[in-house]
Amino acid sequence: MTVQELPGAGASHRSTPPAWRPRTDAAPLLPDPEPYRVLGTEAADRLDPELMRRCYAELVRGRRYNAQATALTKQGRLAVYPSTVGQEACEIAAALVLEDQDWLFPSYRDTLAAVARGLDPVQALTLLRGDWHTGYDPREHRIAPLSTPLATQLPHAVGLAHAARLRGDDVVALAMVGDGGTSEGDFHEALNFAAVWQAPVVFLVQNNGFAISVPLAKQTAAPTLAHKAVGYGMPGRLVDGNDIAAMHEVLAEAVRRARAGGGPTLIEAVTYRMEAHTNADDATRYRGDAEVEAWKAHDPIDLLERELTARGIIDEAAIATAREEAETMAAALREGMNADPVVDPMDLFAHVYAEQTDRLREQAAMLRAELEAEDQA
Amino acid sequence: MAQALTRAMRDAMAEDPTVHVMGEDVGTLGGVFRITDGLAKEFGEERCTDTPLAEAGILGAAVGMAMYGLRPVVEMQFDAFAYPAFEQLISHVAKMRNRTRGAMPLPITIRVPYGGGIGGVEHHCDSSEAYYVATPGLTVVTPATVEDAYGLLRASIASDDPVVFLEPKRLYWSKADWRPEAPTPVPGIGKALVRRAGTSATLITYGPSLPVCLEAAEAARQEGWDLEVVDLRSLVPFDENTVVESVRRTGRAVVVHEAGGFGGPGAEIAARVTERCFHHLEAPVLRVTGFDIPYPPPMLEKHHLPGVDRILDAVARLQWEN
Ligand SMILES: Cc1ncc(C[n+]2csc(CCOP(=O)(O)OP(=O)(O)O)c2C)c(N)n1
Repeated sequence: MTVQELPGAGASHRSTPPAWRPRTDAAPLLPDPEPYRVLGTEAADRLDPELMRRCYAELVRGRRYNAQATALTKQGRLAVYPSTVGQEACEIAAALVLEDQDWLFPSYRDTLAAVARGLDPVQALTLLRGDWHTGYDPREHRIAPLSTPLATQLPHAVGLAHAARLRGDDVVALAMVGDGGTSEGDFHEALNFAAVWQAPVVFLVQNNGFAISVPLAKQTAAPTLAHKAVGYGMPGRLVDGNDIAAMHEVLAEAVRRARAGGGPTLIEAVTYRMEAHTNADDATRYRGDAEVEAWKAHDPIDLLERELTARGIIDEAAIATAREEAETMAAALREGMNADPVVDPMDLFAHVYAEQTDRLREQAAMLRAELEAEDQA
Repeated sequence: MAQALTRAMRDAMAEDPTVHVMGEDVGTLGGVFRITDGLAKEFGEERCTDTPLAEAGILGAAVGMAMYGLRPVVEMQFDAFAYPAFEQLISHVAKMRNRTRGAMPLPITIRVPYGGGIGGVEHHCDSSEAYYVATPGLTVVTPATVEDAYGLLRASIASDDPVVFLEPKRLYWSKADWRPEAPTPVPGIGKALVRRAGTSATLITYGPSLPVCLEAAEAARQEGWDLEVVDLRSLVPFDENTVVESVRRTGRAVVVHEAGGFGGPGAEIAARVTERCFHHLEAPVLRVTGFDIPYPPPMLEKHHLPGVDRILDAVARLQWEN
C-alpha cells in the first residue's frame, strides 16, 4: 500500500493548518560541499600581504609555543598540555579576527588562541601547571576561563553576547569547541539560544578528527558538523582549518555579520590533531601512521609559507625573523615556567564566597595551625 | 508568599536595571506558578524573558550575562527539571569566583520551586536541597514565611554570589499580614531565627516544614513539652551559633525536613549539633525526615511527608529513659 492508498491520506483530506509554515529560506544556510580554501586557489590573488605576514609570524610562534609547552610537560613543569600542533591556523585566526572589546570563549585545548589574543603565555598556563585554575582576570583580557567540561562555555558566550547587545555595546563573542564537544547537550542548547536570540556569536568547531580516541564517524551521522547549523536557523560554513587565509576570511565574515546584527554562524574547521590528545595519551592505539603522514603534507605553516614565498610576500629574511621571534617567546616562556610558582595554601579558602562562611573560617584556622606546626617542626 | 516573591523581583528590577528575570514561561504567562506575573509587562520582554526550553541553556546563558555585568534571576520551573542544568551549576556557577581568584563573581539567583504536599505528579515534588548544599560556592536559602520570601529574595538578588533560592511550593499560597508598601527589614542571608521560644527541646527546621513544626510545638504543649522552633532560613551558610545556643538551652534536638534522611541536610546538622553540644545533650539528636524513596504518587504523599505525629513521636523518644 502506498501512502496515497492509505485511508485518509488522499489529497482531498489534506489541509494545511493555519499560521505555521516551514521556513523556505534555508538553502543559503547550507554549507558548501567542500571545505572552503584560499591558499593555492585563485582566491589567493586577493590576499592582504600585511595581514598574511602577521599570520605567518603568529603561526611560527604558535608552533614554537606548542613545542615548548610539550617540552615543559616532559620536564614536569606542566601537569598536562593538549597540543594544537597542526591546528595553529584555527587558533591564530580565531584570535586575530576579534576586536579588543570582543570576547573569546576557549575550550581546554585553546591556550594558544588565548596567547595569540595577547594573554601572557605563563598566565595562560596556570590551569595546566596547577598553581591556579585561571591565572588571569577574564574581564581584563576578554578571554573566558579555559573550559574543561566540554561545550559548557558555549552558552556562556551566548549569554555574554546577548547581554552586551542588550546594553547597546558593540561586542561579538567567539566560542571554540572540538568535534566531540558538538555531541554535548550544551552545544545544542547554545546554538538554539543564539539563533533564537540572534545573539552576536560565532561558533568555531575545530574538527581535528578525534575526541581523544573516537573518530568523527562515531560522533555524528550528519554530513558535516557545519550542517548542524541549518536546523537552528543559522548559516553553517565548512572551511579548511589548515588554511589560515580561508579561516581568517570566513571567521571575519561571521564576526562582521554578528556585529551588524545578522546573528550567529557555525563554522566547522576541518583540521587534524598531529600529536596525541595530551601527553598522557597513546595515539598509536587508535590511528595509523599513514593518516598522520598524509596530514603532514597539508601543514598549515607550509601551506602559507609556500603561497607567500611564491608571491614574494615573505622572503628568507622574513622567515628567519619569524623564527627568531618565536625563539624569544619560547625562551621567555621557559624562564617564566622554570620559576617555581608561589602558592599560598590559605588561598584555598579565599575565593569560595564573597564573605567567608563560619565553616570555612574554621577550616582555614585548622589549616593555618597545621602550617604553623609544620614550620616549627 | 507568591505575591511577596513577585514583589521582591519587581522592586529589585525597578531599583537596578541590571536585574533580568529569565526562564520557561516567565514572560507572558507569568510562570506556571505566576511568580513572575506582570514583570514582562512592566519591564519588557528583554528584562523578563521567555527562553527556549532548555535548563542548561538558561543557566549557561545566565553565566555569560553575569560575566557581562547583569544580575540574572533564573526560574527553574520545578525542582526535578533543574537537573539538566546541574553541570552548569556545579562546574561553572558555583566555581567561577574560585576559578578566577575572585576576579569574576557570578551574581545569579536561581529560583527553584521545591518540595511536595501539593498533590503533584512525579518529577514535580523533589526536595533537592542536599545536592545544592553539597556544592561549595553556592549559597542556599529557603523562606518559610511571607516576609522572608520578600526579604531573602531581595538579599539573594543583591548578593554577589550565586544563590539557589528554594521556594517551598506548598507555602506559595500561605497568607500573612504583610504589607508590601512597608516591608519590615528582615535579617539577611545566613541568619537563623527562633520562631517559637521553648525550654524542653529544639526543633530545627526550614522551608515547608516550619509550619508543621510550629503546629507540632502547639500540640506538644498538652503533653507538657515546651518546644523551641528554629527556622534555619539559610542552609549555606549555616547559622550554627543560633542552633547551638538553642540546643544548649534545651538539651534536646530534633531536625525536621521533607528531603530523605540518608545524606540529607539533617544528617549534617545532627552531626554538627552533636559535636558542639555533646555535654549539653540529654538525648541523641534525632531526625524526622521524608523516607529515602523517590517522591511518591500524590495519593501516598501524606504517608511520606513528616507530619505532626511523627514529630511528636520523636519528641517522646527524646525522654530517653530506658
Ligand atoms: C563533559 C565532559 N565529558 C568528558 C570530558 C573528558 N574529555 C576531555 S577532552 C575529551 C575529548 C574532546 O574531544 P573534542 O571535543 O573533539 O576536542 P579535542 O580534544 O579534539 O580538541 C573528553 C572526552 C570532558 N572534559 N568534559
